[in-house]
Amino acid sequence: MRILLALLMLLAAPLHAATEEVVLGLSQNRVSITTNFDGSNILIFGAIKRETPLPESDLHVIIAIAGPSESLMVRKKDRRLGIWVNTESVEVDAAPSFYAVATSGPMKQILTEIEDLRHKISIPRAIRSVGAPMEIENAQSFAEAVIRIRKDNGLYQVHENSVEVAEQTLFRTSVQMPANLTEGDYLTRVFLVRDRKVVSDFETVIDVRKVGLERWLYTLSREQPLVYGLMSLFIAIAAGWGASTAFRMLKSG
Amino acid sequence: MQIYLPIAEVSVNAFLLLGLGGLVGILSGMFGVGGGFLMTPLLFFIGIPPAVAVATEANQIVASSFSGVLAHLRRKTVDLRMGVVLLIGGLVGAALGVLVFNYLKSLGQVDLLVRLCYVVFLGVIGALMFVESLRAIRKAKRSPGTPPSRRKHRGWVTALPFKMRFRTSGLYISVIPPLLIGVAVGILAAIMGVGGGFIMVPAMIYLLHMPTKVVVGTSLFQIIFVTGFTTLLHATTNFTVDIVLAVLLLVGGVVGAQIGTRIGTRLKAEQLRILLAIMVLVVCGKLALDLLLTPSELYSLGAAGGH
Repeated sequence: MRILLALLMLLAAPLHAATEEVVLGLSQNRVSITTNFDGSNILIFGAIKRETPLPESDLHVIIAIAGPSESLMVRKKDRRLGIWVNTESVEVDAAPSFYAVATSGPMKQILTEIEDLRHKISIPRAIRSVGAPMEIENAQSFAEAVIRIRKDNGLYQVHENSVEVAEQTLFRTSVQMPANLTEGDYLTRVFLVRDRKVVSDFETVIDVRKVGLERWLYTLSREQPLVYGLMSLFIAIAAGWGASTAFRMLKSG
Repeated sequence: MQIYLPIAEVSVNAFLLLGLGGLVGILSGMFGVGGGFLMTPLLFFIGIPPAVAVATEANQIVASSFSGVLAHLRRKTVDLRMGVVLLIGGLVGAALGVLVFNYLKSLGQVDLLVRLCYVVFLGVIGALMFVESLRAIRKAKRSPGTPPSRRKHRGWVTALPFKMRFRTSGLYISVIPPLLIGVAVGILAAIMGVGGGFIMVPAMIYLLHMPTKVVVGTSLFQIIFVTGFTTLLHATTNFTVDIVLAVLLLVGGVVGAQIGTRIGTRLKAEQLRILLAIMVLVVCGKLALDLLLTPSELYSLGAAGGH
């Protein structure tokens, strides 16, 4: 039954895509991490292009931004002999380093579970965790821990009702990207939703890169680690000696 | 003023880092400890990834100790000969320490063992120093003007072969104990991400019976070379030395160390020791509480396959 449904949707998707399309704008498609980088606010706006009359159902818009995925080791502490020790661990195969979802309505009401699963929109769907060891009883709680910890750090965000949709044609929202971003391509997806189904989607990439001094130091540390290490030592010693000399001169002069 | 650290990949307040560096620098100058045992946990606390904190701290210790060593060399309170012997042991120990560290990492319990190391070492040393200093202060009060009497029997330390004369310290002892101390400190430095002064200073005082005045300068002398070596190891294998973080910490640190060295020369040896003992016990208590109390978050995230 489910397979049939999925097949139907696969057939239906391109039909809808042809009738309604997203024209997207970003306040910036590039985030430069400079020395005084303190997070970035990105304005996402767009319009819906259609060549057919306006359908009767309500239109909703969901926007998801995902940072580069990485595998994670999640460890759980337990009390052993009176002290708290890491006892269990689960490897999460792929979790985005940043994930923000903005919607124009409550997620549960505007999107079906199956559609969420298919497009991997909500945060739990965006994290892939397979192959947890058999002896771990509740592997799901490890994935939940990833979400909880990252939400506390502002790396995972859910903003329901934050996308404004005007006249079923224009939409806009803004996403605050925190200061502790990692470099990479941030995949930005926009979904148009009607009758709890995705009728059209659009993808673009926000490029998050270190620039200037940050870029130079990072590249040097990776490509010429010995030079970088010696330079670090030299700068450290020069500063140490310099400050010491300055103090002595202050004292004598 | 927020500043983005290129290697740590986090944004932190620059003045917070300068302040931390200054505070730990004062302690470094006063006691001759690198301050790593304080700074490393403080860096974890402000959100620097542990691997970066440990590696960068090694670099920062080089700088803060360098100005301290210069100050001590000028006052001729460094036993260079003893320093070189300790250094040879230290380099061997640091290399061994990296091997041990990687082994523990493969077991997946490196965090716990590092913390336990901290609690045990800081607890034992802090308590010993505290008791010893209290006794010394009481003795000094009873008979002012007379130096504290030295124990006549030094036991096994005097019985060992390969004796060497350490003129600055006024000692004629075997090179084996200082070499072993150097190795032990090197291992601990690599595992715990510290300079190791808090182990070396008491060991020099209580095991080698070196005069307190040369202990501080000599330990700093050994520390700059061992931590310099560790910095290069981290930079070339783990890529975790953050020069921006190190520079901010050391700008605060070198200024603090100069102030600390001056405070140190004004205080009496017993007072210095009791202050250091209290500091060590406070840090130990904090780490022990973290292990014993129920944590607010039972789960922790780490990079898979790596650290």
